[in-house]
Amino acid sequence: MPITYTSGEQIEVYRFSIPVTIGVPLAALFLQAFLPRRLSFFSIIDLPLLVTIFFAMARRNPISGLLTGAAIGLLQDMLGAYPIGIYGIAKTVVGYGASSLGAKLDVENAGARFLVTLGFYLVHQAVYFTVARGMVNLPMNWSWSRGVEAGLANAALGMFLYFALDKLKQRA
Amino acid sequence: MESVLSRYRNLVILVGVLFLQVLGLAVQVKRSGEAEHTRLIRIWAVDAITPFERVLVRLQDKSRDLWSNYVYLRGVRSENRELKEQIERLKLDEVRLSENAAQAQRLQTLLGFKQQFITKDGTLAAQVIGSSGSDLSRSIYIDKGSDDGVAQDMAVITANGIVGKVLRVYPSTSLVLMINDQSSGVGALLEKSRLQGVLRGTPNGELMLERVMTDEQVAPGDIVLSSGGDQIFPKGLPVGTVTRVAPGHEMFLDIRVKPAADLGRLEEVLVVTQKQEPQPVAQTGGRVRAADILAQRLPSVPDKPSNSAAPTAPAQNQKTVINAKTAANAANNPAGNPAINATKLLLPSAAKPKTSATSVPATVPSSGSPAVGAGNNSSAANTPASEKPVKIQVLKPLPNEKDNAGGAPNPSLGATRELNGVAPKAAAASPDPAKSTPRQAPAQPAESPDSPH
Repeated sequence: MPITYTSGEQIEVYRFSIPVTIGVPLAALFLQAFLPRRLSFFSIIDLPLLVTIFFAMARRNPISGLLTGAAIGLLQDMLGAYPIGIYGIAKTVVGYGASSLGAKLDVENAGARFLVTLGFYLVHQAVYFTVARGMVNLPMNWSWSRGVEAGLANAALGMFLYFALDKLKQRA
Repeated sequence: MESVLSRYRNLVILVGVLFLQVLGLAVQVKRSGEAEHTRLIRIWAVDAITPFERVLVRLQDKSRDLWSNYVYLRGVRSENRELKEQIERLKLDEVRLSENAAQAQRLQTLLGFKQQFITKDGTLAAQVIGSSGSDLSRSIYIDKGSDDGVAQDMAVITANGIVGKVLRVYPSTSLVLMINDQSSGVGALLEKSRLQGVLRGTPNGELMLERVMTDEQVAPGDIVLSSGGDQIFPKGLPVGTVTRVAPGHEMFLDIRVKPAADLGRLEEVLVVTQKQEPQPVAQTGGRVRAADILAQRLPSVPDKPSNSAAPTAPAQNQKTVINAKTAANAANNPAGNPAINATKLLLPSAAKPKTSATSVPATVPSSGSPAVGAGNNSSAANTPASEKPVKIQVLKPLPNEKDNAGGAPNPSLGATRELNGVAPKAAAASPDPAKSTPRQAPAQPAESPDSPH
């Protein structure tokens, strides 16, 4: 029996196979490290965040969501130059929130996904900024315009990405 | 308690996970050597990601090469054709640029030479545009003519040496007779021995220094300079180098000279439009006898101040230069110029070196060093060796002479005054006092019967 993160009593929950559970986050991390060097505009995209949101909303289990977010965030921290844990904390919060929201709302349609992604992107940025500025004392400045632009871009990309990843879902 | 934990399990786990991460973050921030403690885990992460990146990059490069080199070849032929044309254009540009650079270098050399040897406005740069095209006539055409101020018999030189003289002048071009033409003749002298001769061209385009006696010491490698006696080339310009010395016909040496200027590859030349020799100045004041002038120019024992002051004072008061040609004209026209009449100054051989750079017509006894009238059919060259005309130009007294005590002339000063920069050498070249004794003797015959003296 495959190891899955599934939950949900009344609403439909999904599970994912192990290759998808491991491969998709790694692919997202890889692409995030690889693509911005070739495509500069891709630097505003946060693929690991989109994957975190997708898995969290699909499983609708806050624990699996926060653990998925923590794992992806920590791996992303390992590839970066800042102390490990900043992305981990931010994506843990996002994973928990997205899975909690997914357990209560229907987030299957594109519009809801767009808004959820935009909102969680801003939450992610806010948490990241707070931790980086408040705890690690990194010299970072908050920019609403850039945050909103990047949030819109990520939300737009997320709709297509979620549509593609929906093919990998399995009914629990 | 258990019910609370089970009730808020998700939240507790969230707080626990966040707490662990914050704790780990705090540990990293607190320790200064954060990078050292996280190094291993970062290495693992990087090692897990970079191989995929490496493979992907290679795949990307390969696929790009495959696409661009084997699939997407649209417009390659036309692009190839354009590139070939561009290469041809660039090659032409390169040739032109290198040509320009070489020309600039040559012109720079020429300019340096001009500034060093020639008067500021006394030369005219010209481009060689053609040649006679025949070995029998070694001449070239330059792109400057009478419209540019070129006149016949002007010297044509390069930075390396003399080239020839202007033979014919057209409005925009000129024909230059090169020094290696058979009909050309250049007054030349050897730099070391100061021996003078006539430089002529040979049928095969070589240069031959004539009129040097067999008892003279000439060796290959000796530098040949222009003597200035031909009234065309400024004195002291490099002419060539002696390459071979052999006994010639009669009592003269057969001296072959390699021209200093590369006469076969001329591109830019300088036409000497104004020579450096001082121009004659209109005479002012009283009359000057040629004998006095000559006595002033030639080395002699200084006269006693009491004796010399009176008779030569008029001559010393002349602050002008006597042009010998003017004197000669006066001689030809007895009623014309009453001031000077110096048609024939018979000079001893000892005076020859001193007169080589001057312009007073005179005759010298044959000493194996004839003065030369450059150009074809030079009258000087054809003159019997027993009596050769020598152009002598007399310079005006130097200021220090004028300031001499009591204004009295000092013939020794006048005699050792430099004539075109070589007179001291010439004077030194005649150490024989016997040759210097008659230096004033020829002054008397210089006076024409028509002279008022």
